[in-house]
Amino acid sequence: MTRGETAKILVVDDEAQIRKFLRISLTAHGYEVVEAPRGEDAIRKVATEQPDLMVLDLGLPDIDGQGVIRSVREWSDVPILVLSVRAGEMDKVEALESGANDYVTKPFGVAELIARVRVLLRSRPAAAGSAEATTFETGGLRLDFPGRRVWVGGEEVKLTRKEFDLLRLLARNAGKVLTHDQLLREVWGQAYVKETQYLRVHIGHLRQKLGDDPNAPRFVWTEPGVGYRLIVE
Amino acid sequence: MSDDTTRPEPDALLTEVRKENRGRLKIFLGAAPGVGKTYAMLQAAHERRKEGTDVLAAVVETHGRQETEALLRGLVILPRKRIGYRGRVFTEMDLDALLQRRPTLALMDELAHTNVQGSRHIKRWQDVEEILDAGIDVYTTLNIQHLESLNDIVERIAKVRVRETLPDKVLEMADEIELVDLPPDALIQRLSEGKVYVPEQARRAVHHFFSRGNLTALRELAMRTAAERVDTEMLAYMRAHAVPGPWPTRDRLMVCLDDGAGGQALVRTARRMAERARIPWIAVHVETQADDRLDEDARTRLDDTLRLAQRLGAEVVTLQGGPLVARDLIAYARSRNVTRILVGRERRGAWQRWFVRSVPQGLLRLGRDFEVTVVGTEARATAPRPLRTQEETSRRRTLLGLLWATAAVGAAGAVARVVELFLPLPNLSLVFLTAVLLIAVRFGLWPALYAVGLSLAVYNYFFTAPYLTFSVYHQADILTLMFFVLVAVITGNLAGRVRAQLDAIRQTARRNANLYEFSRKVAAAASLDDVLWAAVHHVSSTLTARSLVLLPPQPRAPDLTIAAGYPPEDRMSDTDWAAADWAWKNERPAGWGTDTLPAAGYLFMPLRTGRGVIGLLGVAFDRPGKALSPEQQRLLGAVADQSAVAIERAQLAGDIEEARLLSETENLRSALLSSISHDLRTPLVSIIGSATTLSEVGERVSPEDRRELVGTVLEEANRLNRFVQNLLDMTRLGYGAMQPRRDWTDLHDVVGRAVQRLRDVLEPFRVSVDIAPETPLLWADPVLMEQVLVNVLDNAAKYSPANGLIVVEAGPRDGALELRVEDDGPGIPPDERELVFDMFYRVKARDSRTAGTGLGLSICRGLIEAHGGTIAAEEGRGQRGAAIVLRLPLVAPPALDAADVEPDPVAAQQPGDEGQ
Repeated sequence: MTRGETAKILVVDDEAQIRKFLRISLTAHGYEVVEAPRGEDAIRKVATEQPDLMVLDLGLPDIDGQGVIRSVREWSDVPILVLSVRAGEMDKVEALESGANDYVTKPFGVAELIARVRVLLRSRPAAAGSAEATTFETGGLRLDFPGRRVWVGGEEVKLTRKEFDLLRLLARNAGKVLTHDQLLREVWGQAYVKETQYLRVHIGHLRQKLGDDPNAPRFVWTEPGVGYRLIVE
Repeated sequence: MSDDTTRPEPDALLTEVRKENRGRLKIFLGAAPGVGKTYAMLQAAHERRKEGTDVLAAVVETHGRQETEALLRGLVILPRKRIGYRGRVFTEMDLDALLQRRPTLALMDELAHTNVQGSRHIKRWQDVEEILDAGIDVYTTLNIQHLESLNDIVERIAKVRVRETLPDKVLEMADEIELVDLPPDALIQRLSEGKVYVPEQARRAVHHFFSRGNLTALRELAMRTAAERVDTEMLAYMRAHAVPGPWPTRDRLMVCLDDGAGGQALVRTARRMAERARIPWIAVHVETQADDRLDEDARTRLDDTLRLAQRLGAEVVTLQGGPLVARDLIAYARSRNVTRILVGRERRGAWQRWFVRSVPQGLLRLGRDFEVTVVGTEARATAPRPLRTQEETSRRRTLLGLLWATAAVGAAGAVARVVELFLPLPNLSLVFLTAVLLIAVRFGLWPALYAVGLSLAVYNYFFTAPYLTFSVYHQADILTLMFFVLVAVITGNLAGRVRAQLDAIRQTARRNANLYEFSRKVAAAASLDDVLWAAVHHVSSTLTARSLVLLPPQPRAPDLTIAAGYPPEDRMSDTDWAAADWAWKNERPAGWGTDTLPAAGYLFMPLRTGRGVIGLLGVAFDRPGKALSPEQQRLLGAVADQSAVAIERAQLAGDIEEARLLSETENLRSALLSSISHDLRTPLVSIIGSATTLSEVGERVSPEDRRELVGTVLEEANRLNRFVQNLLDMTRLGYGAMQPRRDWTDLHDVVGRAVQRLRDVLEPFRVSVDIAPETPLLWADPVLMEQVLVNVLDNAAKYSPANGLIVVEAGPRDGALELRVEDDGPGIPPDERELVFDMFYRVKARDSRTAGTGLGLSICRGLIEAHGGTIAAEEGRGQRGAAIVLRLPLVAPPALDAADVEPDPVAAQQPGDEGQ
């Protein structure tokens, strides 16, 4: 962590109104904001301004947002938070696959955006060390990675190996969305990437065992058509 | 009544109006060549040019005269078109170039000129007509002898038959006539000075033609014609401006025509009389059995006469007549308000006149209240009729008749031989009479007369003393024989006529049946294609010809395409297309048998309806004669009218269907508009109101109220967002762009997400979710399914009372997933349960609660159906509230790997979970 406590955020959107309210709300939360109305400006400013995070609208007038992600990812691993409309699930998945770190669906509340931004900024400096972290705790859920044990509200929950693998993967990326492909690839292997029924069944079991109510989830959040994320407080 | 008489006549007014849009025609009329018409025309043209008019010399024949050529200088001359015909090149006026150039005034010499073969029109006056129609003024020249109605008179005066004739109606078209006059002496002087152009072939006749007497007579004709024109103009003016005056009442002149050679002269006379009296005229031909026996020449002559009458402006009528032609004529004349009848002197031998009253005699006797004029026909008109060559079938029938007559008379003789034993001699004639009658009825007049002769011979030879001779002893026998012949001839004749009329009636009946059949077929035809097919088939079979219907691809489109043909045809020659185009643009018949582009293989008739010309009917005969007979023309006209009406009907039916769809779309659009204006604006009102309150008086408002206002902005914005989402979904559904992206979906997820999204909306209600544990994964688009649930829940919330219970129940049933969403609101009346899925249908709001957008459920139906499922509204359990029930087919999910399902050692003992 070479920077001071204020992180610099690059906001890329062609709508001046959206940039304005993002600037105001992000500044109010103590972030420094740099703006770019177009894809080309965005790519240049990632290089010149060295932001800690990029908030990127997928629908830009010049370069497609996906193009921006791909070219930035060639030389930078700055966290990218994508803004996308609903019914654009394919776009979201594509953006996540090409290197975006998370997304927010438009229209969105600022609270949601700030939560995502925090998760992305928090995970970044910790990235090097998180792999070594041996435990994880959030909202009554506790994981012991080496011991492969799980507790909910102090009660230990018995999980199958796959269920545990799944939960561990979600926990290591807590707060971030993981696509179906990513989950299936990591837990079951490349050959299972299209077999979403495994994911559904195991997530179902996992929720049941964790006592998670899908109508008011505490732990596992469904992103329809995209994937899952573990809720962090 | 006085109103009626002073109102301008519509026809007259129409003519006036038509004249306003047309170019003006001025004719320089002269009595003979050389009087200086072209010169006068050019002078007038120069005057117009000085006034700044755009004058174009389209055709000016100077015939090498220097004064005339000098006048041509300074005028723009239209280059001639070169037309190749029979290996030679002719030059002709370039009509298309003229129409394209669009001068204000065109000079066209020699109105009566006949165009070179291959031109668009046969005659120059037709070119002039088209130019006038295009709104171009025309100056032209005309010699009096070219006028069709004067043709005979000129011939009589000058002993020169003029071939290039001009219909009188062309003269009538003229807005102005200028008589170019030169005293005969001066003209003869000019001729001797070589200043008059005389064509090579007319050299011989020239001295006769240019005699003083001739020229005087022609001059008088020209002057009289010009003077009549003045009368005509005055009359036209008086009619158009409703000047009450002594002009004649609307009576008519009727000319009676037969196949005689004098018919054409009779027609011209009639035309002149009608023209002078300013009354319409009818040319009538009575078709009798005699017409069936007409030879080819007589038939052609009759056709020519009738066609001439039509061309000269008569209404041509053919009547089906009985034995008394005069009576038919008078009856028709009365029905048509005819006052004058014109008839030619009949050509009959003296003995014929002795027996049968001639038509003129009949007319004079029956038509006492008519003005009957009998016109003498010229000597050569009475030339004996050429030998009758009857039609092949008819001749064979006569031969057969003679054979049968012989047999019948033989049989009668045999019978008479037997009867003779019981009855006295005079009664035997009845036996022969029977035979004669039978033959007459079966084979017509001639075999019957033969039978009479034969009977007479047999009767005389075998039954009158002295027997076996042809001599007669008793005077009584002679009388018997005479009466026998008389009775036999009369009855035979009568029976023969009955036969002929029967044939005629049968033919008419066949034609009527044919027309009726067509009407029936067309009435049954559903689509335009069926109608077109019926039409071409009908025309083809009625006229024994090939037929086509040409229609514009869209109504009022400028070009035509072949819409149907019988036998099926989809191409035409360029000449045919040219004729079709002309007929289409000018709304007049063109092509074969007409005066326009007669080289075409097809004759094109405009299909006229009340809405105007909707297309063309094309007819082509495999063995084309010279032209259609008026009878055929009328039949074609009738068929064309019928087809036009039928085609229009089919097109109208299509239009109505289109209009219905359009109005449906219109309804939907207006519903959408009202929905949008309501559902978009209501949240916006709250948002703008709250936002302005905050921005203007924010400081003075308590923090609590401020939070409330901000909450309203958020809530309403979310509502707006849902509505926009629905609109987008609906649009995509409407375009068929909504393709479910199916994936294995956990219903728990879907319901959970939907409840999450509607957290704020559902807050005032109790929501119970019950998903059966055995519910398998769904093969569905999770995003769309979530939208369905959001809409259904949103709908339930709208109609539920506060703190009401909303129940979501799901489970597999009969191989499908059944999902019910129930509320305890007022429910949906049974007769509206299907309607709620219609776009923009709303159940009437019972209280002040927000009514639905009318979009949500219809989108649900669209989405569920895209998944192969159904959605229905039912009665809630416990007879209250509404239940929306979704059914989705279940697909067995692929089996999971056994190794994966098997619990691993760590989790082998799960009872801890189950115990909870």
